[in-house]
Amino acid sequence: MIHIQNIAKAFGEIHAVQDVSFDVARGELFGLIGPDGAGKTTLFKILVTLLLPDSGSATVAGRDVVQDFRALRQMVGYMPGRFSLYPDLSVEENLAFFATVFGTTIQENYELIRDIYVQLEPFKNRRAGALSGGMKQKLALCCALIHKPDVLFLDEPTTGVDAVSRKEFWEMLQSLKKHGLTILVSTPYMDEAGQCDRIALMQNGQILAIDTPTGVENRFAKPLFAVRATNIYRLIQDLRQAPFTITCYAFGEFLHLTTQDGVSTGTIDTYLTERHHKQLEIKPIRAGIEDSFMDLMQHA
Amino acid sequence: MKRFFAFVMKEFYHILRDRRTLLILFGMPLAMVLLFGFALTNEIKNARIAVLDLDHGQHSRQITDRLLSSGYFQLTKTLTAYRDVEATFRQGNVKLVVVFPPNFTRNYAHDGTAQVQLLADASEQNTAISLTNYATNIIQTYRTGAPATEQSPPGAQPPMQITVQPRMVFNPELAGAFVFVPGVMAMVLLLVSALMTSVTIAREKETGTMEVLMVSPLSQIQILFGKMLPYLLLSFLNGVMIITLGVFLLNIPLNGSLGLLLSETLLFIFVALAIGLLISAIADTQLVAMFTSMLAMLLPTIFLSGFLFPIESMPRVLQVISNIIPAKHFIIIVKGIMIKGTGLNLLWKPTLILFAMATVLTIVSLRKLKPRLG
Amino acid sequence: MRNAVTTNKLTKRFGDFVATDAITFTVAPGEIFGFLGANGAGKTTAMRMLCGLLKPTSGTATVAGFDVYTQSEQIKQVIGYMSQRFSLYDDLTPRENIRFYGGIYGLKRADLKAKANAIIEELELGSVADKLTGSLPLGWKQRLAFSVALIHEPKVVFLDEPTGGVDPITRRHFWDMIYAAAHRGTTIFVTTHYMDEAEYCDRVSIMVDGQIKALDTPGALKKQFGVDSMDGVFQILARGTSTK
Repeated sequence: MIHIQNIAKAFGEIHAVQDVSFDVARGELFGLIGPDGAGKTTLFKILVTLLLPDSGSATVAGRDVVQDFRALRQMVGYMPGRFSLYPDLSVEENLAFFATVFGTTIQENYELIRDIYVQLEPFKNRRAGALSGGMKQKLALCCALIHKPDVLFLDEPTTGVDAVSRKEFWEMLQSLKKHGLTILVSTPYMDEAGQCDRIALMQNGQILAIDTPTGVENRFAKPLFAVRATNIYRLIQDLRQAPFTITCYAFGEFLHLTTQDGVSTGTIDTYLTERHHKQLEIKPIRAGIEDSFMDLMQHA
Repeated sequence: MKRFFAFVMKEFYHILRDRRTLLILFGMPLAMVLLFGFALTNEIKNARIAVLDLDHGQHSRQITDRLLSSGYFQLTKTLTAYRDVEATFRQGNVKLVVVFPPNFTRNYAHDGTAQVQLLADASEQNTAISLTNYATNIIQTYRTGAPATEQSPPGAQPPMQITVQPRMVFNPELAGAFVFVPGVMAMVLLLVSALMTSVTIAREKETGTMEVLMVSPLSQIQILFGKMLPYLLLSFLNGVMIITLGVFLLNIPLNGSLGLLLSETLLFIFVALAIGLLISAIADTQLVAMFTSMLAMLLPTIFLSGFLFPIESMPRVLQVISNIIPAKHFIIIVKGIMIKGTGLNLLWKPTLILFAMATVLTIVSLRKLKPRLG
Repeated sequence: MRNAVTTNKLTKRFGDFVATDAITFTVAPGEIFGFLGANGAGKTTAMRMLCGLLKPTSGTATVAGFDVYTQSEQIKQVIGYMSQRFSLYDDLTPRENIRFYGGIYGLKRADLKAKANAIIEELELGSVADKLTGSLPLGWKQRLAFSVALIHEPKVVFLDEPTGGVDPITRRHFWDMIYAAAHRGTTIFVTTHYMDEAEYCDRVSIMVDGQIKALDTPGALKKQFGVDSMDGVFQILARGTSTK
């Protein structure tokens, strides 16, 4: 459904996107994961025909993003990073406006947005500017869906939104998938990667890895331990000094410790007990997306 | 077309829901006209005048009585010699001196023509103009009352005429007078058309809705024309409003053709909208749009269009530069039509210049349109 | 020193709307205090009151022993503030930014110079110290912003979503700096949308609709709500109210 080949784009000296290639299959929920400045937004703008690539080619729904941009614009739904709504128009007016612009009506494609719009309906006469962040996000999604696009591009739809709204948003995307929509979504939150069918990890304009979330986690090859003790600050200091340590970072209530091969919990326990750490808890763990991302970053 | 209409509707929602926009649209022209108008025009009632009657005849006395009974004028001083005129003005409380030359009555009765001289203190330009206008009207209607006193048979009446010679003292060229209404018109139309369109386009870039619109099937031209149309209508409404205020509230004459005046106003609005388009092509934020508009349009318009400072008294370089200010040509046109009553036969040159500007600016700004960002 | 921050029934109303509804809590010196809540729960309002930027409607609060009603000027001298949205001037170099903020807080010239050098060395900014801040990667800017917020050795630092959008490694480096500052005795008051970061805090409060619905150590909260992560706690407390 989306085919990207060797796309590159630079702004002056900044190489925003460097030689990126990947494919997204029909009906897939594909995540582009990476921090701010990784090049996600630039890549999105190229795919929705807003920017011309310096080199490389891409097609969306079989249409070339450079040559067939007019035809393509009828077929994609796009939600830019900021919730692009008119704050001085009401919820209903916003939706009706975008429907008319795309040559349709709210009624015609109501089926697709019904589950989301029912939550907004009680506020349909409220100005969009007076909605909470989560509600704005839902309205923006409705507006991007109203013309029943084949492919949906969501650029950081969950940035700056609280954890609850984020979770609800991903539930909405899962149910949209059932309508056969192909969805490309970008996010800086690593913990959202698990919601996608496949993900591309992006950093500094380059793709670090493309795989299923589990596939990405499985790429992590080094021993990984979760460690915790009463004094986390001292624990980090000591572990970073340890001869067997490669990296040591805080991960929630635990520290994640990457070590050289052949290190066991016993080795770590001995080392830390010698340094008077109390209530020690050490366990080998499987890597998560974030562990993999950090590991890939360091080798990029 | 339905899409385009939806777009225009949306623009009207924006305008009608934003108090600041409404205030700028309708409050500003009103405030500016009133400010410039009333700051310069005093209420004309019982204005102090002096009479220098060197004729001492029947007609000079009757005209003086008519002037004084009109309610506009109040006689403060009767002068006896021409040399007193300047001293009287210098004292400052007399605004107008009516001079009847010797033999006025005789000339009027015998030749049917006579001259009255009106001297006005033009340091207060608008008062001076209003007073001379009132006095001229009164003196000229005296003619219609004249036949009753003349015993000539009806039909054989010679064309009786009193020519009024207004003369402005202190500011003989009357530079700047009456310019404020054309000037305010030029400024408001520029502000509404160019500044507001470029600011609203920049606002959509800021909220990100421009990206969504660009990705939609709406063409770039539809988006821009959809932005322009409401402002074109509003600008035109503003123009009409200012002309109305000027004519009915400030007593500015409308001697030329109203149709021509409105057509020229429309032409100027096109120039302003084209400038707005050009600015919006370079401005990505409302702030940039605002500053660009201010620097590129408002300041030159205020200082170089002849609005506040007469172009004739500017240094040569600035005089040349002033030719590229659209408002300069528009002010010439409006002054010509309203005050002098001139037609297109004399105003074709500034009209052509505005037309050329509109064409070039539109072509340039349409060329700047790209279907993509960056 | 007594508590770094105390509030007692601190309330702020905007017309009929109660943004912050009688919140009561204390933060100990050197504590890392996580201040969580959904968008619009009242975190920003509460933080502004504590920084002396907004007068409370009722209730009391002190920061570093100073009263928020009467001593807001003293408060501003002893707190640091950093937000994701604004902190540094993009058109000044890192060195100029440091000097500017140091100057605001009345640091002496010689101290300032030493401080600037120390910060630049610590953050390994040597190669870019005289380039414009705007050209630096986001992660560097945020660490620099944090150092600048600490330049006058404040007693309490308020961090408003300091790590949004940063890559995971930089985010950890940032937290390393937070730990180090707390270790030196600075009280850290931090908001975040990353629930794993909530785990790094000594204690966490969760605001819902203007009220503090939970306040304890991450471990105790998880036990109380019977879930295994702070995300779980947050979902239970905030769900269903966020769509209001």
